[in-house]
This record gives sequence, C-alpha cells and structure tokens, in this order.
Amino acid sequence: MSDQRAQLARQFIEAIPHSRALGMSLVDIGDGEAAIEMPYDERFIGDPATGVISGGAVSALMDTCGGAAVMCHPRAPLGTATIDLRIDYMRAATPGQRIRAEATCYHITRSVAFVRAVALDDDVDRPVATATGTFTVEGA
Amino acid sequence: MGSKSRRPEPVQVVKQRRDEALRSLVSGIPYMTWLGITFERRGDELTAILPYDEKLIGNPMIPALHGGVTAAFLESTALIELGWSMLWPGMESGDERASTTPAMPKTIDFTVDYLRAGLPRDAYARARVNRSGRRYASVHVEAWQDNRSRLYAQATGHFLMPAPDE
Repeated sequence: MSDQRAQLARQFIEAIPHSRALGMSLVDIGDGEAAIEMPYDERFIGDPATGVISGGAVSALMDTCGGAAVMCHPRAPLGTATIDLRIDYMRAATPGQRIRAEATCYHITRSVAFVRAVALDDDVDRPVATATGTFTVEGA
Repeated sequence: MGSKSRRPEPVQVVKQRRDEALRSLVSGIPYMTWLGITFERRGDELTAILPYDEKLIGNPMIPALHGGVTAAFLESTALIELGWSMLWPGMESGDERASTTPAMPKTIDFTVDYLRAGLPRDAYARARVNRSGRRYASVHVEAWQDNRSRLYAQATGHFLMPAPDE
C-alpha cells in the first residue's frame, strides 16, 4: 500500500472523535489489514468487581479496526459503514492490559466488504474476542 | 406472603424501591456512566437513553454515531434488562437480599444490525428477554432515534447466566 494512502487512512482513523475518546491508536495498516490498540482505562470498566473492560468498549475497538481494514483495501472505497458485526467473547480481557484488535478485509465486492477481526491482550495465544462483519463500500 | 400482603404498599414506597434497585444496577458499571446511558422505568418496562455527545461520533463528515457506540449501547441495554429481570421477582416478593445487586450475566456473543446511520441526536433502546434459562439467555434489542417505528439498529445476544450461588 502506498505511503500516501496509509497516511490518509491513519489521519481518517485518528480524527474519529469516539476512537480518540477511547484512546485508540493505529499501530499497523496495510492492504486490507489494520491493527489498533486501546489502553486499559478504568472509565471503560464493565464489571467493577473484577476491573474487566466492558464488552461494549471491545466492540467499539473491533468496529473501528474493521472499518480501517476496509478503508485501506487496495480496491479503495471512498467510505464505509458497518452493515452488521458479530462478536464472540471468548474470555475476559486481563485488567490492566491494553487490548489490540487486528482486522482483515478478506473479500470485497462493488457493494460489500467482508471482515474478520480478533481482539488480544498480552496473552496473544488466547484471543479475548473474535468478530465477523460486513461493511458497505461507498463511492466510485 | 405475610400479613403485609393484606394492604397494598404505598405507591411511593414501591417506586422508591424499584428506582433504587435500578439505580444501583446501572451506576455500578463505569463504562455505561462514561457513555452517559440512563434508564427510564414504567413498571417493569425499561427504556435506555443515550443522550447525544460529540465524543460518540464515528464519522465527523456526515456526522454519524460511531458503530461501536451503537453496539455498546445495545449491549448495555440487553445486560441491564437481563439483570433487571433477575432482580425483579425477589424485589417484588419483599425479600431483603433482593435489594443487593446480583452477579451480572456474561456476554457470549452479540450481533448488531445497523439499519440506518445513527444521527447526532439522542438514541433510545428497549430489550426483550426471549429466553432465560438456568445457564443461558437470549436477548433481542431495538434502538431508535426520532421515530419508534424506524429502528436505526437492532441486535441479538446470548448471555451466560451467573451460577445461582455466586
């Protein structure tokens, strides 16, 4: 992927108000692939008894990362929106650890982009969650 | 059933007990507070409200609510409805232990359909527990903004119920 496109994708993602509010940062972007990290933050706790981050915050991370993977696909949609997103929660994320999402846009048509994603904490061999989603393909 | 079932309780006492139980259920979750989600209650019917805020925006150009915000809003609504439905029978029977917040169910999976772009306005949601067994529950959620009949998102989720002795 060209440096210019990667730069544009990075700017686009880092300008999203909600992603900024959650402290997300783009760590890697390539042809139809993206990785985004979200630091541990007590404001995003879903279960105060354990300090585990809310599933909702993980959803937001997966959705952003999925959209980023679509945006940086070589077929280059001008924009995208989520059609549907399914998330399977395999285990609680370990409190105190950042969460990293990795998404792949594995197929794209003129109208629809298909995405798989995974959420990891420091124990990368045991995913926290996986997701599958479809996204719109906007523009030319 | 004891002697107190003979006369109906004063309506304010009933409302206060229910509102307090709901408040403790919702306020215990920091992420819901951060998003600004509140709940309105009519009897046992809950409506979740997500007041518009700039930090909820996902696409500054349109502008539209972030898909992740919508997912989180719907999942929160499903979880609270499920917690509320677990709390209700004990609370209404006057069991003192029922006033303590129960262990919350865990999300197994959650699927969101995005039907329309979320506008930069308040959003509302209601959840329906379609099946609640000893171990698993299935919950459906509908969310709308200006018109109740024009949903902007819907979702279905499966949840693992807390063990009875937790």
